[in-house]
Amino acid sequence: MRNAGAILGVLLLILVLWYLGTIWLNAAWVYDQAARAGTEVGWRDLVFGTMAQERPVLPPPHQVLGELWQGVTSYAVTSKKSLVYHGYVTLTATFWGFVLGTGLGIVMAMGIVRSRTLDLGLMPWAIISQTVPIVAIAPMIVVLSNSLGLGDQLGVSNRLVSKTIIAAYLSYFPVLVGMIKGLRSPDPMQLDLLHTYGASVGQGFAKLRLPASVPYLFASLKVGIAASLVGAIVGELPTGAVEGLGARMLVGSQFGSPVMVWAALFAAAILAGVLILVVRAIESVVLQGMGVRS
Amino acid sequence: MSGLVAAIGFWLVAWAVNSALARSAWSRTRAVRIAIPVIFGLAVLVLWQGVVTGLGVPEVVLPAPTSIGAAIAGNLPVLWVDFVQTILKGGLAGYLIGSAAAVLVAVLVDRVPFLKRGLLPIGNFVAALPIVGIAPIMVMWFGFDWQSKAAVVVVMVFFPVLVNMVAGLEASERMQRDLMATWGASYGQTLLRLRLPAAMPFLFNGLKIASTLALIGAIVAENFGSPTLGMGFRISTAVGQLALPLVWAEIAVAAVAGSTFYGLVALVERGVTFWHPSQRAT
Repeated sequence: MRNAGAILGVLLLILVLWYLGTIWLNAAWVYDQAARAGTEVGWRDLVFGTMAQERPVLPPPHQVLGELWQGVTSYAVTSKKSLVYHGYVTLTATFWGFVLGTGLGIVMAMGIVRSRTLDLGLMPWAIISQTVPIVAIAPMIVVLSNSLGLGDQLGVSNRLVSKTIIAAYLSYFPVLVGMIKGLRSPDPMQLDLLHTYGASVGQGFAKLRLPASVPYLFASLKVGIAASLVGAIVGELPTGAVEGLGARMLVGSQFGSPVMVWAALFAAAILAGVLILVVRAIESVVLQGMGVRS
Repeated sequence: MSGLVAAIGFWLVAWAVNSALARSAWSRTRAVRIAIPVIFGLAVLVLWQGVVTGLGVPEVVLPAPTSIGAAIAGNLPVLWVDFVQTILKGGLAGYLIGSAAAVLVAVLVDRVPFLKRGLLPIGNFVAALPIVGIAPIMVMWFGFDWQSKAAVVVVMVFFPVLVNMVAGLEASERMQRDLMATWGASYGQTLLRLRLPAAMPFLFNGLKIASTLALIGAIVAENFGSPTLGMGFRISTAVGQLALPLVWAEIAVAAVAGSTFYGLVALVERGVTFWHPSQRAT
């Protein structure tokens, strides 16, 4: 961790710039108030006046953290005001989307590595699918899953289904690319060796290609889980959702409460960080179990 | 029902043709490499049409490709206005500003080792965050029109491009830099003749990732308030009116715009980094 000092330094710099930005951007409101009250604005009034506004242009970090802390601790976990509750709603969609997307990515990769027709026919469309702005399709998916009643059949809400599909759509591609690379990573010498052992295609797959692809898979899973979270949040925006971090942002912007938006944004960032750490922890356990030297 | 059978028949024939092409001696030629995905896509469209008409799927669930085509043809002016508002004004402007800023900052960061060690891990982390969340804040700051959308796009594309560009500036080899030094090249000359060209493959990698993000940002931001035009606005209102062929028409435009945007970046990349092994292979 020889970079730790530099990272802390840069974080401190960002913090200082943020506070300066807060004073600069929120100053107009302070001057406005002072002009109405007919008082002069000293620099002390300016600094303190910009730090705790009801509707700041840019809330200072401590105000955001305060809102975040309040949202996490001062309500019951099941309350609609609790950020834990909203985070949980988003996390559920993220998780199922991640599972679905990873499964889809692995199956597609297996097909593409196995069949040359699929490789040539499907792969270009997989790439094109990622250049399509998914959010354009999000409302469509909501309508589809509503009218098909997918959620009712699975015993969950239709909103969760649509969010899950969007999250899966964003997370399958990194897994697909990584898995293809991983399944093709054994070199010809190893494949030839299995051939001389008289191994079938299935055995070669299970004993050589699949284990060889695991490190590649985990590298993609880290990208995939972050993409999945973005998908879940984006999926909440056009669906008129009332629960979830994305919905919090939408409500905050409609009620003109920037602090609420920032708190939801921070909560989403923390969630993303935690999810990546969890995948990384699983990775190190699995790789160690498989005897991969790091 | 006969439509459905015909569509499935077409699918099987197309699959057989593709298999034959993939196994044939010409499978590595350019024409076949393009033909196979085109046939595959065509087969999907025909199957879609066959299923929708054959099984009588209501338009609310899934419109047939022909009715989407009709919606595109019938709404060309609307689609064009939305395209200009969202893609050209919001997406492209933000993409250009964000990428240019990221390249400049990368060159600056590269000069200060302290910043490079500190900013790079943070940049990597921020690039993985759901940055689309800043959309409501940008709409509060810059208003409803395209400026706020461009601002969202600027922040979204900034970090992927920055991280890749900083990595790219490291890409030239020690030996090459030493050679420049023995020729008495100044910092500026080394940057211009050696390190910037060497960074190009990395930069374009970032630019390609950013091209998709730009469109997502531009469309998402319209959910937080927009004037009465733009693709995101049109899609959400058309869904409300259950005018689904129009929604799919917008999706088709978004898909084509996204792919074209990506394709253009890839084309420029081919021209700029013609010397790189990955470009010479094909």
